[in-house]
Amino acid sequence: MQWNIVADNFEYLLIGAYPEGPLGGLALTVVMAAISIFGAFWLGLIIGLMRLSKRWWLKWPSFVYIEIIRGIPLLMLILWVYFLFPVVMGKAMPENDSVIIAFVVFTAAYIAEIVRAGVLALPSGQMEASRATGLSKFQAMKYVILPQALRNMIPSFVNQFVSLTKDTSLAYIIGVAELTRAATQVNNRTLSAPMEIYLTILVMYFIICYVLTSFSRRLERKMARYQARG
Amino acid sequence: MNYKFNWNVVLSGEYLDWIIQGVAVTCQISALSLLFSVIIGTALAVMRLTGFRPFVWFTVAYTEFFRNTPLLVQIFFWYFGSEGLLPRPVMQWLYQWDFEFVAGVIALTVYTSAFIAEEIRSGINSIPKTQLEASRACGLSFVQAMAYVILPQAFRIIIPPLISQSLNLIKNSSLCMTIGVAELTYMARQIESYSFRGFEAFTVSTLIYLFISLLVSFAITQYNKHFMRTVSY
Repeated sequence: MQWNIVADNFEYLLIGAYPEGPLGGLALTVVMAAISIFGAFWLGLIIGLMRLSKRWWLKWPSFVYIEIIRGIPLLMLILWVYFLFPVVMGKAMPENDSVIIAFVVFTAAYIAEIVRAGVLALPSGQMEASRATGLSKFQAMKYVILPQALRNMIPSFVNQFVSLTKDTSLAYIIGVAELTRAATQVNNRTLSAPMEIYLTILVMYFIICYVLTSFSRRLERKMARYQARG
Repeated sequence: MNYKFNWNVVLSGEYLDWIIQGVAVTCQISALSLLFSVIIGTALAVMRLTGFRPFVWFTVAYTEFFRNTPLLVQIFFWYFGSEGLLPRPVMQWLYQWDFEFVAGVIALTVYTSAFIAEEIRSGINSIPKTQLEASRACGLSFVQAMAYVILPQAFRIIIPPLISQSLNLIKNSSLCMTIGVAELTYMARQIESYSFRGFEAFTVSTLIYLFISLLVSFAITQYNKHFMRTVSY
């Protein structure tokens, strides 16, 4: 057991080469997950609402998007964005940006399904009543349906954030210096304590994700009380 | 965009063989891991339902830990770090096989079984408690009641979530490329770096994943249509 190797490199695992170099390690993991979930929320909201629309030219593109993205591995998507986007655009993109794009595109498909389920779970009387009071469909969605539906969806969003945090480890593949990459670097440098190093970062991921999961479980119980019933 | 497509390169000769091999390895590693995951997941679910405290604690810790940590790191842990965990003879025995493959199966199994255990537990919980009580009253032991009465019914209910878990498993198996298991994604990258035909190689492998996943969701819909009517309480 060589825990001193972990202790010596602990700061590197937490923030990478930060004050001197770019941010890395656990801090970069959390930052990337936060940015991606923010982007994925808005994209997912739009796609989810498109999926709910009755107009075919809104409904079908979103349906195809959701089915394709959910049908392929995230790793594949990351490789697509990283290797093939430059071929199309003619210029390379920084690793961090391309991996965040892949995370946003990937997670948005899952969030779209959450949005759809959340809106469908509201009693249909809500929409009918708002329409009857003279709101347009768009207004009814914005002022009546979404505020209620989104509140009920918060626990699912938190769960999505947890899986995104776990998925950021895949940024390792294209060389982003997040936690998994940092651990691999430490491992390659020291070569004598792989078990200790990987166990340490497993525990680091676990602490973040477990705290979030228990938080979402608490929210779920709380939300259940406020649900509108049909 | 000035990229000339050349599908012939990827869809013939050696590269086509690579893709076929990749699909075969993806299927093998997924099937093996699924088999073990269902067995371990069932065992975990039953252990938790016995209500025996140490069992409950163990299963809760197991599912929480493996569900809340990234699969990629788990794969690295088993691949690089398992040497210190297991006794030497066991490791030497494992090294005789394709160790990348073995580590991949272990990681995927441990990860997936945590999810499957929860599915199976909720399946068992959805069977009315009286079923267990009635079977016990008939003189069956707990294990017999589980094996002959509860589990056969529970499995019928959980087949759809189980199928979608296996789809996740197939997609997750792509992560095994990081430790050098020559599955589909690995082969696509290999072709990309040998022939610079990245577009074609990634398109073909993406379509294969997509085909598998659409097939699986079609299967779930069909199952729901035809069989869920017969399961009702």
